[in-house]
Amino acid sequence: MAAIELHGISKRFRFHGRPATTLKSAVLELVRGRSERARERITALRDIDLTVEAGQTLGIIGANGSGKSTLLKLVAGIYRPDSGTLRVQGRVAPLIELGAGFHPELTGRENVVINGIILGLSQREVRRRLDAIVEFAGMQEFIDAPARTYSSGMYMRLGFAVAVHLDPDVLLMDEVLAIGDEAFARKCADRFAEFRRVGKTLLLVGHEAATVERWCDEAVWLDHGVLRAAGPPHKVIDLYRQAMSEQESDTLARSYAEPATPAAVAGAGRAARDRWGTGEIAIERVRLDDTYGDERYVYSPAEPVTLRFEYHVHRPVDHPVFGFAIVRNDGLWIYGTDTSLAKVAVPELGTSGAVEVTLDALALVAGRYFVDVAVHAADGTPYDYHSRRYPFSIRDDAAERGVTKIHHRWRIAPGGGGGRV
Amino acid sequence: MTRAFRELLAYREILLILIWRDLKTRYRGSVLGFLWTFLNPLLLMVIYSLVFSVYMRVDIRAYPIFVFAGLLPWIWFSSSMLSGASSVVDSGTLIKRVPFPPQILAAVSVSAALVNFLLALPLLLVFMMIWGLPIGWSLLLLPLPIAIQYVFTLGLTIVLSMLTVRYRDLQQLLANLLTLWFFLTPVLYPTAMVPAQFQGFLMLNPMAVLVASFQDALYGAQVPSLIHLAPVGALALAVFAGALALADRMRWGLAEEI
Repeated sequence: MAAIELHGISKRFRFHGRPATTLKSAVLELVRGRSERARERITALRDIDLTVEAGQTLGIIGANGSGKSTLLKLVAGIYRPDSGTLRVQGRVAPLIELGAGFHPELTGRENVVINGIILGLSQREVRRRLDAIVEFAGMQEFIDAPARTYSSGMYMRLGFAVAVHLDPDVLLMDEVLAIGDEAFARKCADRFAEFRRVGKTLLLVGHEAATVERWCDEAVWLDHGVLRAAGPPHKVIDLYRQAMSEQESDTLARSYAEPATPAAVAGAGRAARDRWGTGEIAIERVRLDDTYGDERYVYSPAEPVTLRFEYHVHRPVDHPVFGFAIVRNDGLWIYGTDTSLAKVAVPELGTSGAVEVTLDALALVAGRYFVDVAVHAADGTPYDYHSRRYPFSIRDDAAERGVTKIHHRWRIAPGGGGGRV
Repeated sequence: MTRAFRELLAYREILLILIWRDLKTRYRGSVLGFLWTFLNPLLLMVIYSLVFSVYMRVDIRAYPIFVFAGLLPWIWFSSSMLSGASSVVDSGTLIKRVPFPPQILAAVSVSAALVNFLLALPLLLVFMMIWGLPIGWSLLLLPLPIAIQYVFTLGLTIVLSMLTVRYRDLQQLLANLLTLWFFLTPVLYPTAMVPAQFQGFLMLNPMAVLVASFQDALYGAQVPSLIHLAPVGALALAVFAGALALADRMRWGLAEEI
């Protein structure tokens, strides 16, 4: 049986939230006519079909502004859809923002009672659960102090404690799993697991794909208000990640497309912070290609990458040297080399041509990096130096630490019971 | 029956607990606390008595009692409207986080002010006894004007609280309007003092009828004019019904606009 059913749900908002914010502007609007801008609407959700079976945990992923929270608020009954039908079975506990209606002057205990009643418990039910709630929040010492004396962490803990004691049929969560200290986060995770075990329906919104992958039976991906994919979490997350890296790659590509400033090259010395040199040889059209020769700026650590750029000789020189370097976005030099160090013979250059360097694998941990390229004289005088102009990104599911991925193999051999060491 | 009205009934437990919260937070955190409720009408009574009874020598029997009997229902009315107008905006976090019928918040404002009114009534009766004024059986009729004023004020406050979400300057405007309305309402002067040709105009003001009823029942120890109260009661119900209809219509836009 379906616990949550959405058919053809659409939701639009006014562009600026409201047409007029004061009586004065409303009167002016009447006189002058409503501005185009005030009439503009943005679509938060478009034609969403979604079914969550009872006892299922569904994860919603998507970028900021993709409509995740709007969807949750529709299911919670805080918003009403513009079109479509929505059906929710059973008591809903919205953990969208915690501590709804907490009043700073009242004590924690009083706030728990009010919060519980607002969330749908009867007064008797709240009083019966009060001790459990306070204990869950770990607030025994402070529960009779006014809420204004609480830290924001205590506020959140108490709000969460009330919400998980509602005994809901459907639980809606918006990224509140990672609240409080580690001990509290673990308690929350336990509670969450218990909810799943006893067959509650859960709708979970998260930016963290890992959270969705770990907890959810099914996942959907919202993109600008449209349901782009639905299915097993790992599949949906793969599609989502792929789209995200394509999007990032497109953004990064814009840095490469910016035309080089010839003035900076002609004028010797540091005319521009990201490009300098005496200008005998100029570097242009820098790009990174993947193994298929497609321009791309997001890579996995194991992929081969080809760095390509063109050169133009303005005044012929003897023994030019080409070089490149990989720099982390905080300025850490990771690797730098040139044709002279690599003992690569540079042929007669002619008036123009192309240079290609193939890197078998970047073997870097996930993060943002730059590739610097340069052509200089044998004594190091730069003809053209491009620094921190060309960003690229490494994406990796593994959250390793450090700078580079060092290849390794594990072997664990327990001693004693016949294991060979 | 509108959905908004059913919600008012369904949420009565929350309503009670929010009224309790409202009163509790008002009296906690201020040194004068509970006394504050009485202090405001008492000070007004003293000042108005000084101005009108002593300086201007208006000849009305037991003028301070007369003024106090009119001030109490007026303060109930005006403080309900003033605190009620911003109630939905002030509870924006609530409206945005959980499904919550906003008319409850207006009802909290009006009800909390009613509690203050009821708590101040015995004080008035004590003054009357000290002054030697008779306390009549008409006192037993008080629930009638109270009920009418409650419904009337609640209707207006619901409308105001929702419109304030969109038009934030409404509250300042309201404070000014209430001052004007106060002087058009016979709190400081008895209706009998108003020249005959203006009597009809005076009675167009529902608050004039209500305040006069309270003064009659308390200070005058006589039965309030039911002929005047009946149409005000009908008006109150109409305003209330209109407000609930508006609440049904505006309800869903509120969470998006706050």
